[in-house]
Amino acid sequence: MPRVKVQRKSTSIDMTAMCDVAFLLLTFFILTAKPKTEDPVPVDIPASTTVQPIPDDNMLMLTVGQGKVFFSVDGNDIRKQTLIQMGDKYGVKFTPTQQEKFSGLPIFGVPLKQLGGYLDLDAEGRKAFQQTGIPHDTTANNELSDWIREARRVDVSLHNRALRISIKGDNKEEYPTIKKLIGVLQKQKINKFALITTIKSDPKK
Amino acid sequence: MAELDTSGGGKHKGGKVRSKKASTRVDLTAMVDLAFLLITFFMLTTTLSKPKAMDLVMPDKDEKTKDQLPVAASRSMTLLLGANNKVEWFIGEPGKSQPTTDNYGRNGLRKTLIEKGREIQQSTGKYMVVLIKPSDKSNYKNVVDVIDEMNITGVQSYAIVDIMPAELELLKRDGNY
Repeated sequence: MPRVKVQRKSTSIDMTAMCDVAFLLLTFFILTAKPKTEDPVPVDIPASTTVQPIPDDNMLMLTVGQGKVFFSVDGNDIRKQTLIQMGDKYGVKFTPTQQEKFSGLPIFGVPLKQLGGYLDLDAEGRKAFQQTGIPHDTTANNELSDWIREARRVDVSLHNRALRISIKGDNKEEYPTIKKLIGVLQKQKINKFALITTIKSDPKK
Repeated sequence: MAELDTSGGGKHKGGKVRSKKASTRVDLTAMVDLAFLLITFFMLTTTLSKPKAMDLVMPDKDEKTKDQLPVAASRSMTLLLGANNKVEWFIGEPGKSQPTTDNYGRNGLRKTLIEKGREIQQSTGKYMVVLIKPSDKSNYKNVVDVIDEMNITGVQSYAIVDIMPAELELLKRDGNY
């Protein structure tokens, strides 16, 4: 007598739909992700109740920490052209390789004289390099001011728009450092800029 | 992997041996695993709270133009930012009115700003003008806090200006420098 065979069901599930969803989400997260720029010095930014987000591009950010000023500007083309103009101004020659490297550099804080050597380093060496900040103390030796001016000029000539300037400072930074920085900006008739803050958890009341 | 053999017995009843048709279905489990792993990674690495930009407008520092409007002392409030997260405030000119030491936050500076703003509005009919004078001993956080208080309390007119020696003396006297 033949035995009644129980129909065994397949345990495999159709994964196609799940796969679709997973990749959709993955694409979304990849596209929204922005590479985080590592600050050379720890910067603990103050909190405020401002809710205005930072614009995604066309920004010049001055990061202040431990009394040093670091310079970063958005856009590879702007960075490259700024470097060329700064080189011309100070009589420092940069090789095309160095210019390429600089255009991919998100943030830096070395005097122009040391910049060439800094650019020649590899990623590991750059991390270990002690950046001294951009000189901005006296009117005679104010590279920071020139960097800002050249970057603004480049932005106008390349994209015909005005660069937005922002200051990202550490909580514990003493006011004289900030004051000096504001003084540098005001000398160039920049009277409107932004301070980068985090959102305060304390509700507005 | 997780698939059981459900093909049943392997008896060939017919005489002909058919070439077995390969299934077109691909096992997507591994692919989904990978995709979710990457999703998790990107979700955890994206920063959810983006930093914000607080706009600040400084008074024009042009040495040539002298068209600064005089502001009545009765409706100007001066904030002196001292050391140790302390702030001193007074209405009017330095020396003529005694400064009060206060701290930042809801019960300190904010309360004062709202109260004085209302008082000045009532007595003069105009809005209050606040002068923020950070001393060298104050830090960046203090400055941001004060500007933030201006935005919260809705002070229409404020400016960051340099501190004067007479005001530094006040801070020193009260031990806030």
